[in-house]
Amino acid sequence: MSTNTITTQKVNFKVFRFNADEDYLPYYENYTMDITSEEVVLDVLNRIKWDHDGSFSYRRSCRHGICGACAIKVNGRSTLACKESMTTMIEYFGNEITLEPLSTKRAIKDMIIDKGDFWDKHAAVTPYLVADIDECPSCENLVSPHDAEELDEADLCIQCGACHYACPVVDINHDFFGPAAFVAAYRFESDVRDSDGERLINVNEEKQGVWDCVKCFECAEVCPKDINPINKITKLHQMAFQRGVAKNNVATRHAVGFLHSIKKYGVLDEGGLVLYSEGAHIVKHIPVALQMFRKGKIVMPWNIVKSDKLDEIQKLIKSSSTVKF
Amino acid sequence: MKKLKYALFTGCTAKQSTPEQMMSTMAVARKLNIEMIELTEASCCGASHLQDYDDFLSLVLNARNIAYAEKHGLTMVTICNTCQLNTAMTKHRLDKNPELKARVNEKLAEVGLEYKGTSNVIHFLYAIIDDFGLDKIKEMVVKPLSQFNIAPFYGCHNIRPSELHDESHKQKENPYKPTSLDDLIIACGGKNVDYEEKTKCCGFHVELQAPHTAAVLTGTAIAGATDNNADMMVTPCPLCHLKLDTQTKSASEAIGREVSLPVLHMQQMVGLALGCTPAELGLKHHVTDVNFI
Ligand code: SF4
Ligand code: SF4
Ligand code: SF4
Ligand code: FES
Repeated sequence: MSTNTITTQKVNFKVFRFNADEDYLPYYENYTMDITSEEVVLDVLNRIKWDHDGSFSYRRSCRHGICGACAIKVNGRSTLACKESMTTMIEYFGNEITLEPLSTKRAIKDMIIDKGDFWDKHAAVTPYLVADIDECPSCENLVSPHDAEELDEADLCIQCGACHYACPVVDINHDFFGPAAFVAAYRFESDVRDSDGERLINVNEEKQGVWDCVKCFECAEVCPKDINPINKITKLHQMAFQRGVAKNNVATRHAVGFLHSIKKYGVLDEGGLVLYSEGAHIVKHIPVALQMFRKGKIVMPWNIVKSDKLDEIQKLIKSSSTVKF
Repeated sequence: MKKLKYALFTGCTAKQSTPEQMMSTMAVARKLNIEMIELTEASCCGASHLQDYDDFLSLVLNARNIAYAEKHGLTMVTICNTCQLNTAMTKHRLDKNPELKARVNEKLAEVGLEYKGTSNVIHFLYAIIDDFGLDKIKEMVVKPLSQFNIAPFYGCHNIRPSELHDESHKQKENPYKPTSLDDLIIACGGKNVDYEEKTKCCGFHVELQAPHTAAVLTGTAIAGATDNNADMMVTPCPLCHLKLDTQTKSASEAIGREVSLPVLHMQQMVGLALGCTPAELGLKHHVTDVNFI
C-alpha cells in the first residue's frame, strides 16, 4: 500500500458539552463519524459544528500551530487540535475518543475555558526583557548565535496552556506558577541582554516557584512545540545556584544534601539527607520513621554500605564540581 | 534459551528503606535463572535532585556507573524508575553530544575509566518483558494471583518522557495507556484494574518541600485504585512504593478520607506467582501489612 492512500474508519466521539449560562452540570454528547487518515483533531471539531450542532464552541484561529488557541484534551491528553493527527490519536486510544476542554472545571462553553489563572501566572514572572537600552540606540543590540542557543527554544512557546493544565500541581497548589510560566521566565533569564535581578529569585521562591514541581514530566510529554518545560525548570534551579541567589531552605538543602552524602558514602544516606534538609523540623517525621524502623526500613549511618572505590567518586567530585553552595 | 546476565544497578533505596525490594529482585532472578552482577562500585544516581544542583557533576557520576556495566560487557538493569530516568538520560545526552561526552570522559580518565556508550540501560520490568518473555513467565506460574484485583501504578519516570524510554526497550509504551505492568499482572494470573491515576505521579520528590502536594497525590492514587475495587497495588518503583506504603496517614488526612492498600513491588508480585515464600520476598518489611498472604 502506498503511503499516500487515504483510509477511512469509523470513530465514536464522546464530547464534553457545557454552557455556563444555561447548564448546571456538564454532559457528554455522542457522535459517530467516518474519519480519514488525513484529518487532524480540529477537523473533527469543525465537523461537529458544521454537520451536527452549530452551537458547539471551541477556540481556533491560525490552524498552523502558531496562535495556541486550539489546545484541548483528547482522552485525557493535552494536545493542539490543529496539529494532532487523528491517525495518531486512533493509534494511541483506539476508536473510542473523548474530547474535553483543557480543564473541565474551568469550562465556559464546551471546549472554551477561562484561562485567567494561566495569564495571571504568566504576567507574574516578568515575561519581558528588562534591559537598560537607550531609546534611540546608535547600533543594534546584537546577540551572537552562540548566546541565542542558550534560550534552548524557550522562545518557541505559543502559550497554548497544554502543559499548564496537564500539570498535577497547578490544581493542588494554587500559588504554583506552572510549567508555561517557568518557560517564559527561563526565556528571559537566559537572554544575555536581560538585567532583571528579581525574576530568578521570584521563580525560586517556595510554594510558587520551581521547587514545588513534582518532576512528573507531564509537561514534557504534552508540549506541541517540544519545548520540554521541566528541562527549563531544572535549568532555573541550576541558575539559582550558579548566580548565588539560591536561598538556604529545605528544598535547596535537599538538592545539596545529595552531594554531601555521595561524598561521604558514594551512596545516599537517606536519614542523613532528611536531617540535613529539615534541620529541627525533623521531628515531624519521627512517627513514620519509627514505623519504618520497626519494619527494618531504616539503616543506621554506621551500617551504610559504602560504594566500592569510594576514592574514585571523591576524586571526581573534587575535579568535576561546577557550583558551590 | 541462553542464560540472561545483567549488570545490576541497585540504587540506594533497595539497600536502605526498601530491603524487600532487593530481596525480591534476587529471589525472582534466581527463579528465572537470570545472573545479576551487582555494580558495587556504583554511586547514587542523584535522584534528579543532584541534577538540580550540579548538572555536570551528576553526568560524570552517572557516566561512571554506566562505564562499570560496560567493563563487564553487560546491559545495565535498574530497579528504580528514578535511577532508570537519570541513568538513561545521561546515556542519551552523552550519546547524542560527542563534545559533552569528551568533556565527561576527560574527567573519567582521571580515575582510569571511559564512557563508551556500549551498554544499554533498562528497567528490570522491561528486561523481563523484552528478554525473558511474558509467555515464559505465564508457563512458570505455580501460584496464580487469580483471586485478586491488582492496580498497576506505573510511576512517572518509567513512562515519561516517552521519547527517552523508547530508546531503551523494544516494547513501545504509550504513556497515556501503558500496558507492560498490566500484562505482567495478567501473566501472573491476576486481574488488572484500570483507573485514572495509574499513570499519575505519587508526589515522592517533593515530600520534604511540598508535603501537602505530595500527600494529595498519594491519597488520590490510593483512592482511585480502591474505588475501582483493587485488593492491592503493584509498582516497579521503590520510591512510589515508599510513598504508597508508608505515607498513608498524611495521605488520608490530605484528602479527607481514610485510604490504605497493600502495595507490592513488581518483583514481589512475580515472586509470589512463581512460588517464592513471603520471607524470601521480604513481605514483613511493609508498613501497610500485606494481609492477604
Ligand atoms: S514536571 Fe513539574 S511543571 Fe511539569 S507537569 Fe510535572 S509538576 Fe508540573
Ligand atoms: S511550553 Fe509548550 S505546552 Fe506549554 S504553553 Fe508553551 S507551547 Fe504550550
Ligand atoms: S511516581 Fe513519583 S516517585 Fe515514582 S517515579 Fe514518578 S515522581 Fe518518582
Ligand atoms: S488554531 Fe492556532 S494553534 Fe491551533
